[in-house]
Amino acid sequence: MRGDGKDTKADGVVSEDLQQKRTLIERICENAGMNDLGAAFIQAAHLLAGREPALLGVIVLSLRVSLSALLIASLIGAPCGALLAVCRFPGRRLLIVAFNAMMGLPPVVVGLLIYILLSRAGPLGTFGLLFTPAAMVMAQSVLIVPIIIALTRQVIANDWEEYAELLRSLGARWWQIIPTLLWEARQALLTVLLAGFGRAVAEVGAVMMVGGNIDGLTRVMTTTIALETSKGNLAFALALGTVLLVLVFLVNALAYLSRPHSAQHGI
Amino acid sequence: MNRLRIQASHRWYLPLLALVLMVALPSLAQTGAAVPTAPLQVLAQAQGGSATLLVGSTTSTEQSGLFSYLLPLFVQASGIQVHVVAIGTGQALDLGRRGDVDVLCVHDRPAEDRFVAEGYATRRYDLMYNDFVLIGPRSDPAQVAGARDVLEALQRIKARQASFVSRGDRSGTYEAELRLWNLAGIDIRADHGPWYRDTGTGMGPALNIAAAMDAYILSDRGTWIAFRNRQSLAIVKEGDSRLRNDYGLLLVNPQRHPHVKAAAGQQFIDWLVSAAGQRAIANYKIQGEQLFFPDARP
Amino acid sequence: MASSLLELSALSYECNGHRLINAVNARLESGTRTLLLGPNGAGKSVLMRLCHGLLQPSAGDIRWHPNPPARQAMVFQRPVVLRRSVLANVTFALRLAGVSAKARRDLAQEALHRVGLALLADRHAPTLSGGERQQLALARAWAITPQVLFLDEPTANLDPGSAATVEGIIHAIHAAGTQIIMSTHNLGQARRLADQILFIDRGSITEHTPANEFFAAPRSHQAREFLSAERP
Repeated sequence: MRGDGKDTKADGVVSEDLQQKRTLIERICENAGMNDLGAAFIQAAHLLAGREPALLGVIVLSLRVSLSALLIASLIGAPCGALLAVCRFPGRRLLIVAFNAMMGLPPVVVGLLIYILLSRAGPLGTFGLLFTPAAMVMAQSVLIVPIIIALTRQVIANDWEEYAELLRSLGARWWQIIPTLLWEARQALLTVLLAGFGRAVAEVGAVMMVGGNIDGLTRVMTTTIALETSKGNLAFALALGTVLLVLVFLVNALAYLSRPHSAQHGI
Repeated sequence: MNRLRIQASHRWYLPLLALVLMVALPSLAQTGAAVPTAPLQVLAQAQGGSATLLVGSTTSTEQSGLFSYLLPLFVQASGIQVHVVAIGTGQALDLGRRGDVDVLCVHDRPAEDRFVAEGYATRRYDLMYNDFVLIGPRSDPAQVAGARDVLEALQRIKARQASFVSRGDRSGTYEAELRLWNLAGIDIRADHGPWYRDTGTGMGPALNIAAAMDAYILSDRGTWIAFRNRQSLAIVKEGDSRLRNDYGLLLVNPQRHPHVKAAAGQQFIDWLVSAAGQRAIANYKIQGEQLFFPDARP
Repeated sequence: MASSLLELSALSYECNGHRLINAVNARLESGTRTLLLGPNGAGKSVLMRLCHGLLQPSAGDIRWHPNPPARQAMVFQRPVVLRRSVLANVTFALRLAGVSAKARRDLAQEALHRVGLALLADRHAPTLSGGERQQLALARAWAITPQVLFLDEPTANLDPGSAATVEGIIHAIHAAGTQIIMSTHNLGQARRLADQILFIDRGSITEHTPANEFFAAPRSHQAREFLSAERP
């Protein structure tokens, strides 16, 4: 096992069949110093073609966790945002600034918070939720609730200016006003939800911490990307990133195209 | 016609809502179900009768693919599901201290002994070993390859102020690196210049950094063999007895954390140190190369 | 419908230190059509919002005799419609007015029929034209059969055809027994619709007379100036 400063047997690991798979394009890319990029797009194409069944579970889990988090965060965040837009109470401005600031909450901090809560030694430890998808849903919910609140408040505040006199003239009370405004703003809120979903599905620090990146249980797109990067599989990691991007694009496209024709012209 | 289209478009949100609910609700139902049954789970775990085991493991055993290879064999033998959280040794031990995992597979002997001494585990089991390797650029600017041993290699790196990437986290590899500097007569934490990069990252990310800046780095062999983004890096020093890297097993003490799945955990450990488990470890190879050498004492 | 009387006494309204309504006194009889006239910024809209309860007076009283009307509605210069169907816009108002779910649909359709929007009941309201929107706003107001209806320059943004339609609807609402309080800049419209004229200038009522007297011989010089300026 004595080293001689040259390649040892360990270096021979770069798999031979991988070498053989290299195409002309890859070699050209490599010469241009972009071997990882070239390989990434070729691999991404393979992944998207469904040649990696194990990845399907990861994609489905990503969607399930992030959509669950989105559902929870919207049920909490949208009414709170609307209340903040409509009601006047002491400390309201402070809350608005606080939620705006919390949009930039570092995911790792949220992860740490949820970790401490869910850890066996923590206050919610007895439920045994750490390192489960439920913990990831919690972390992502906490992460995007401020986004939903802050953006909803913005959207609803604009609508409230338009509708305030009408609703008050019709005798609506605040508990009738809030759901009405949320419903009237449903198209703009869809964009708010997409922003929340984007942040949730792209997040890695918090889910890594509370999910543990357990193969087959809590491994999602982003933690897989982090793992592959740390294994030095840069091309594969980039390919996964491309898949994630395509996924988010599809969700956005679906949301956009399902809107009525008139909405697309800004009515 | 026109009216029909607009009427239909009033319900544009329905397919979206359906999609979200379809995907989100099952997992919410799971979450909801997990809560009320949790006390029951704790009971079941106290009796040692649960089917999934949580293992906190150092990243090298997970990332080298060892566990992906071993676990199906264990499941086949025992019917017990094992989930692995891969994390630095120091953090893994902390998970154990907090009772967040049942079994630990780590590689920092002094820290492991401390863990046992503190009563978080009743004993440590030898599992296997491999070795650390000193990685560096092929050009070897510090001429480490010609050094007598790894200690002289480190002295040369410091003398030349050649770039060196350190994990700088609380991993077993970092502890091993600190011990080696110490043996080489260098107090690296107090006495280093900008050539010594304390990165505070895992093995893989640290290797990525070393590859990007042509630096020396201490790595465990398993991670290095599985690492793909080598650029101009290669092993420059290996085979020193001081580079031995021992992996140990710890069962979190159920007296400290009653919910620990002690029976299943013990079963897992017993299998790993049994002839069958040890054979399986020896059989795990990447490109024909054995990564870990079993050394459990019968 | 219970007969009522709206009495304003020393009513004032201030906003950011500006006195927009200045110690106004007036008595408005139920069943009448009172039109508020006056130059821009005189305080017509503010006065109506005070009476309707959208604004709180800084001083003075608004008293209804014997009781404040349980059902009142307001139609605004710029018709605000909800982003839902025309019919749903009306049923929404009925729901807030406490009408039972069963009765809403029929009442709403009847109201739409009366304003001439029956055929557009299923249209998405934001796709309506300006005139149609104002018709919808009137249907929404009329559906709850208000005792008092406030209208704030309801035809100001409409073409003459739509304005005539709206005027016809206002006429019909009044004929059905609703007290009308309305502001306008259109003198022709005031002549056609008004029983009483309330002339406001810079937050004060300078004249409150029957419409025929007002147009024949305005008493206050402000009203005389206003009328002469508006003449072609």
